[in-house]
Amino acid sequence: MAQVQLKNVVKKYGALGVVHAINLDIAEGEFVVLVGPSGCGKSTTLRMVAGLEDITGGEILIGGRVVNDLPPRDRNLAMVFQNYALYPHMTVRENLGFSLKIAKKSQTEIDRAVDEAANILSLTPLLDRKPGALSGGQRQRVAMGRAIVRQPEVFLFDEPLSNLDAKLRTQMRVEIKKLHQRVGSTVIYVTHDQIEAMTLADRIVIMRDGHIIQVGTPLDVFENPVNTFVATFIGSPPMNLLDGTVQGGQVVLTDGTTIPLPPGLPVADGRRVQFGIRADNIMPEGHALPPTPHMAYVDMPVTLTEPLGTETLLYAILAGTEVQAKMLNPRPVSPGETMRFGVALNKCHIFDADTGISLRG
Amino acid sequence: MASASQHRIQKRALKVAHFVGLFLAMSLICIPGLWVVLNSFRPTIEIMAKPPVWIPQDLNLDHYRAMFGGAGEGGVPVLTYFRNSLIVSITSTVIALLVGMAGGYAFARYRFKGKGVMFVALMASRAVPGVALSLPLFIIFGRTGIIDTHFGLILVYVAMNVPFTIWLIDGFFRQVPKELAEAAEIDGCTRWQAFWKVEFPVARSGIASAGIFAFLTSWNEYALASQLTRSTNSKTMPVGLLDFTSQFTLNWGGMCALAVLMIIPALVLTFLVQKHLIAGLTFGGVKG
Repeated sequence: MAQVQLKNVVKKYGALGVVHAINLDIAEGEFVVLVGPSGCGKSTTLRMVAGLEDITGGEILIGGRVVNDLPPRDRNLAMVFQNYALYPHMTVRENLGFSLKIAKKSQTEIDRAVDEAANILSLTPLLDRKPGALSGGQRQRVAMGRAIVRQPEVFLFDEPLSNLDAKLRTQMRVEIKKLHQRVGSTVIYVTHDQIEAMTLADRIVIMRDGHIIQVGTPLDVFENPVNTFVATFIGSPPMNLLDGTVQGGQVVLTDGTTIPLPPGLPVADGRRVQFGIRADNIMPEGHALPPTPHMAYVDMPVTLTEPLGTETLLYAILAGTEVQAKMLNPRPVSPGETMRFGVALNKCHIFDADTGISLRG
Repeated sequence: MASASQHRIQKRALKVAHFVGLFLAMSLICIPGLWVVLNSFRPTIEIMAKPPVWIPQDLNLDHYRAMFGGAGEGGVPVLTYFRNSLIVSITSTVIALLVGMAGGYAFARYRFKGKGVMFVALMASRAVPGVALSLPLFIIFGRTGIIDTHFGLILVYVAMNVPFTIWLIDGFFRQVPKELAEAAEIDGCTRWQAFWKVEFPVARSGIASAGIFAFLTSWNEYALASQLTRSTNSKTMPVGLLDFTSQFTLNWGGMCALAVLMIIPALVLTFLVQKHLIAGLTFGGVKG
C-alpha cells in the first residue's frame, strides 16, 4: 500500500498539451476512479503513473518517493490493460508467475503465489491452458490474477471491463470491488463508464481536455456537480438542462414557463442560467415523489415511454427541450398525454448559461 | 427427393473437379523436381533416349559414385561446395535476421524522422535486379580483393536479404500488441528482457519464415555467385553445377545428382522450421 501524489503533472506531445498541470493526492488503500470522455487525458495520466509515458513537467510520487525517472519495473505497481495483454505463448500458470520468475523467486514461492491467486479468482482449472483457449471473462480474470500475484503497492486498471458484455461487466465489477476489499491496495482505475466510476470509487476524478474538473465521493459529484459537464456526465439518465433567465426569484424558461429558484440560492435578476434537474427529481404527480415544502409543478406532454419494470422513464417536452422524468409505481402512459409533473426544487441546480459553472458555489 | 439427389451429385462432381484441378497444379509443380531426382539415378543413355523413356528401367547410384570420385572420373569437390554453401548461407541468414529484427522492430515500434522515406528506399533497393549489379560488384570486389571469398558472397547476400527480412519482420512485430511489452515491463522486465521474453517469442513464427526465405535465397542464388566466385575456395553448389558442362557435352545425370544434394538441406530446413510457420500465435493474448 502506498499513497500516490501527482503534483502539477504535465504531458505534452510536441506542442500539443494532453494533460495540463494536474494535482491529485491519493491516500493509501484508496480506490480512485479517473473518468471522462475519450481524449480527456485519463489514460495518459494512468500511463504516466505506470511509467509507460514520460512526464513533461511536474512530479509523481509513489509512497513519498519521486518516481519521475524510474522505469515501470521499479515502481512496484501492477496494471490491468484494456486488451488484457496476456502473454500468448505462455500458459495461464506462466502468465501469472511471470513477474515472480523475473524477480528470481524460488519455484516453490512462485507456485504458492500462483495457486493462491488462482484460487481467489477461480482460475485453478485453467492453469495449464493458453490465453487463446480462454473466454473474454476468463482472460480478464487472468489479467487481474497477474496483477495480484505481484502484491504491488498500487494497482492500475485501464478500462479493464470495456471489452466484456454487459452482464459479465457487472459481475467483474463486483469482483474488482471484492478484490480491493480483500487486498486493500491503492487502486487507480480509468474508465469512461460513469456507472463503473460511481459503483467502484471511493473518490471520483472527473477529467476533461487534460484538466481535472471535479474530485469527490460518488455521491458528492452526483449531488453537487461543479458545472454542467459533470452534471450531464455523471448519473444516468443525464441531468436535464433548461435554458432560462432569472426574474424575480424565478427562472423564466424560453417559452415563458416559470419555475421558482431552488431554496437558498439567490441569483440576480436578468442573469441567463441553465436550470438543472435530474430525472429522479421530476415525477408525475402522485407517483412517489415525496412531497416537500419546495415543490413546483409543470405540465408537460409525454412523447415516449421506456418501461424498466420498477420504474418507467418518461420523455416529455418542456420549453422546447426534451426532459427525462421518472415514474415510480408506473401506470401505462400513452404518447401525447399531457401530465402534471412535480419538481423537487431543493434538489435542483442553477448553472451560469455562459460558463456552465454551478451557482451553488 | 429428386432435387436432393441432384444436389448430392453436383456436390460430388464439384469435389472431383476440385481434386483433378489440384492434381494438375501439383503435377506442374512436382514433376520437374521428380524428374531431376529420377534422372540422378538413371544412366545417361536412358536420360538422353529419344523418344523419352518415361518409366525408369535401370536405377543405380553411378552418378553419385562418379561425383564423389576422383577428378578424372567426373568427380567434383562436392563436399567443399557444400561447405561453402553452408557457410555463406547460414552466416548471411543469421546476419540478415539480426539486422532484420532490429530494423523491423524499429520500424514497427518507433517514430522517427524520415521513417517513411527510409522504408520505401529499402523496398526500392529490392526493385533493382541483382544481375544488373554483378559487373559493378565484380569490379569493386576485384579492387578490394574480396572476390572469390566467403566474406564477399556473405556481404552480397546480406545486402540482398536485409530489405526483405526488415519488411517481413516489421509486419510481424506490428501484429504484436505493444501492450505485451508494456505489461512485461510492469511485471519487472527491462526493455531488453521484455523484447526477448515476450515480443520475440510471440513474433517467432514470422522471424522463422523470414529466416527460411533468406536462407533459400542465399542457398539457391546462382547469377551473382557465378560472377563473384572463381575457385573451390568459395564456389557454392549452384555454381558447382557448371562443373558438369564441358566443351561438347553436358553431364545431365551428374548435374541432377548434385541438384538432389542441393535440395535435401533446403527440404530438411523447411520441415524443421515448418511448425513455427503456423500463424496465429498472437491470437488470444489480447481481445481485439
